[in-house]
Amino acid sequence: MPICFELTRNTQLARDHFREIARTRMRPLARKYDDLEHALPTEWVSYAWENRGRAAQGTDLSAPADGFVQVCIQAEELCWGDAGLYLRTPTPGLGGSAVAAAGTEEQKRRFLTAFHGDGPPVWGAMAITEPGAGSDSAAIQTTASPDGDAYVLNGTKVFCTGGEGASQHAGGFVVVWATLDRAAGRAGIKAFVVPAGTPGMQLVGLENKLGIRASDTATLVFENCRVPRENLLGSAEVKPTGKRAAGDPGFKGALATFDASRPIVAAMAVGVGRAALECLMQELAAHGIAPRYTAPRAALSAIERDVMEMEAELQAARLLTWRAAAMMNRGRPNNLEASMAKAKAGRAVTRITQKAVELLGPAGYSKKLLVEKWMRDAKINDIFEGTQQINQLIVARRILDYSSAMLR
Amino acid sequence: MGARSVIDFEPSDEQQLIVETLHQFAAREIRPRARACDESGALPHDVLHAAQALGLVTNALDAAAGGDGDGRAVTAALIAEELAWGDLAIGCAILSPQLLALPIADHGSQAQQARWLPAFQGERFVPGALAVLEPGFGADVFAPATRAQRDGEAWLLDGDKCLVPWIEGGEHVLVTASSEAGARGFVVARDAPGLSATPERNLGLAGLPTVALSLQRVRVPEADALACDDGRSVRRVLTRARVGLAAAAVGVARAAYEIARDYAKERHAFGAPIATKQAIAFRLADMAIEIDAARLLTWEAAWRLDQGDDAEREAALAQQQTRRVALEVADGAVQVLGGYGYIRDQLPEMQLRNARGFACFEGLALV
Repeated sequence: MPICFELTRNTQLARDHFREIARTRMRPLARKYDDLEHALPTEWVSYAWENRGRAAQGTDLSAPADGFVQVCIQAEELCWGDAGLYLRTPTPGLGGSAVAAAGTEEQKRRFLTAFHGDGPPVWGAMAITEPGAGSDSAAIQTTASPDGDAYVLNGTKVFCTGGEGASQHAGGFVVVWATLDRAAGRAGIKAFVVPAGTPGMQLVGLENKLGIRASDTATLVFENCRVPRENLLGSAEVKPTGKRAAGDPGFKGALATFDASRPIVAAMAVGVGRAALECLMQELAAHGIAPRYTAPRAALSAIERDVMEMEAELQAARLLTWRAAAMMNRGRPNNLEASMAKAKAGRAVTRITQKAVELLGPAGYSKKLLVEKWMRDAKINDIFEGTQQINQLIVARRILDYSSAMLR
Repeated sequence: MGARSVIDFEPSDEQQLIVETLHQFAAREIRPRARACDESGALPHDVLHAAQALGLVTNALDAAAGGDGDGRAVTAALIAEELAWGDLAIGCAILSPQLLALPIADHGSQAQQARWLPAFQGERFVPGALAVLEPGFGADVFAPATRAQRDGEAWLLDGDKCLVPWIEGGEHVLVTASSEAGARGFVVARDAPGLSATPERNLGLAGLPTVALSLQRVRVPEADALACDDGRSVRRVLTRARVGLAAAAVGVARAAYEIARDYAKERHAFGAPIATKQAIAFRLADMAIEIDAARLLTWEAAWRLDQGDDAEREAALAQQQTRRVALEVADGAVQVLGGYGYIRDQLPEMQLRNARGFACFEGLALV
């Protein structure tokens, strides 16, 4: 396979399909659910649930596919529509990724079937972060204690994206990270599937946020919350890294799901950034301003320079994202490239959206347009699924060939 | 592309082999000569002749132009990055034959190709030259101030050019000038009456001899003018030049970054390698991210050229990003090396001077 920058026909069809959904189903709701903050966006949820899995018309399933790149393109298109609504879409979410990556066939059947059924919408979520442990996920305090045929969970999880849907709507589930043995450090940390409505799992609040307000960011408290032993993902054995049985993903395995999720978050960022940049360029075009790509530098206005810089930064972020995704298609390890994409996209899109507000002046600052919202929405991409700094740390360790002990 | 292609960012096996060959050549032959070349202002001609044995021109031309390569801009970008990684001045010198050969292959008649191209494919290294930059503030390479006026069956060229590579042994220079029908390329003999070349001294690229050209009623026969195509030929040449320089800028950035990275792992301060400090490690991480991003933008522009697109937007964005990244990374390398980055024993100070040049370089490398 040579270097190729062109999407397959199937991916182009998918892109157009999701772009149309974003334009007609998400954009009209964007302001409403930003204002309503925690309200369930019922129009979007019902539409997305009824049309889940529907492929673009004309898709040829026998043709070669762009695979994971197409997943990123879907995220970009839908977040161009609205990032908050995208995060509120009824899907297995990151919890589903964990089950898919580390679950047994039986667990996948048990937890994921509801997402393909005829029942009401369901959500999945992942709960890692605690009030005192964010980036340092090995420092989590939530405990899991064996008790007969069950584990008993105790602790508090915060910033759980999709946590309301996953904990409150029957059929959904939250994948909770907890430690079986605090003394064992990260080797003791395991993931447990807690089905929605399990006694002892309590939704105690939803965050009021800068952006992505349509997304339910939950605080969940676990108080003697019992889950069957069969809900543990991976092995129950607490063994130091390196001495683990083959097939047991453990803590590192859980972290590896980030290699798949970070390109998606980067793609989400690119979608928000593109929304802001397109809006800016349309406004400028209405005033007769379009970047002159071949004009000498000295002849360019400051606005032209800014816009070209924004275009280049956005495309750079997109290409790093697609590269990380294309490596997954090839089965290559992409830990470094996933973090590069996430770091670049988070930073670039934060800057692009802030610049768009600046260049548009009062119109950019006004809620009449969505640009101010995109500036607020964009920022989360530089924070969740690994902050800018955590991704820099990962990139630095990789390029320097340093362990986490050598570069802390 | 064919229906079977899927999006992908890895060079083919064949391209990978070319990259490895050139990387070894750059590491063994070019890099060890970089400092002396910069200090003396004299190119190592034995290296240029050794490079000729790599058959770069023949490989850059497709069969239609008498070569045996794939004629692809993406491959040329891979090559330019490796050579510039070795050293920008020597790398540009090695690539200089293409400055004439590629435009002649793309926009020359069969007779012109037969007349000029074989010289670049022989055993002897024959440098080329392209004169597109002009000295005035805000000069526009796409609309040269240099004029071409009809004079019977010939043309008369008048104007000034600068930063024209002028390597010993070259016979021609490709000059862009505005005619009534648009910008056009003219193959001009170096010893043509009315053409005078004055050696330049610049901030960087000291190893590559460059000149300011003055053209006063330089007479060029119609047979030596390349196709005009309403100015599109020159636009194409300039776009290919932007992508070529973008690739070279990535090479310079990568070279500086690698030196900084290796130094940071060796140099101890406060009892540990400085690379173990986040202030250094994060800066290196940012360099690595920006270099990869800049390379992908460059490849995309090159790939679009290979599809037959005009790629002017992509080339402009790649040019803009790579020139910024090259400067930031080279500056970062000087900073990481501290005092050692500032002295001329090490390469980063030269890479910083060279990298700043991408702000004005045009036409020093082509894909």
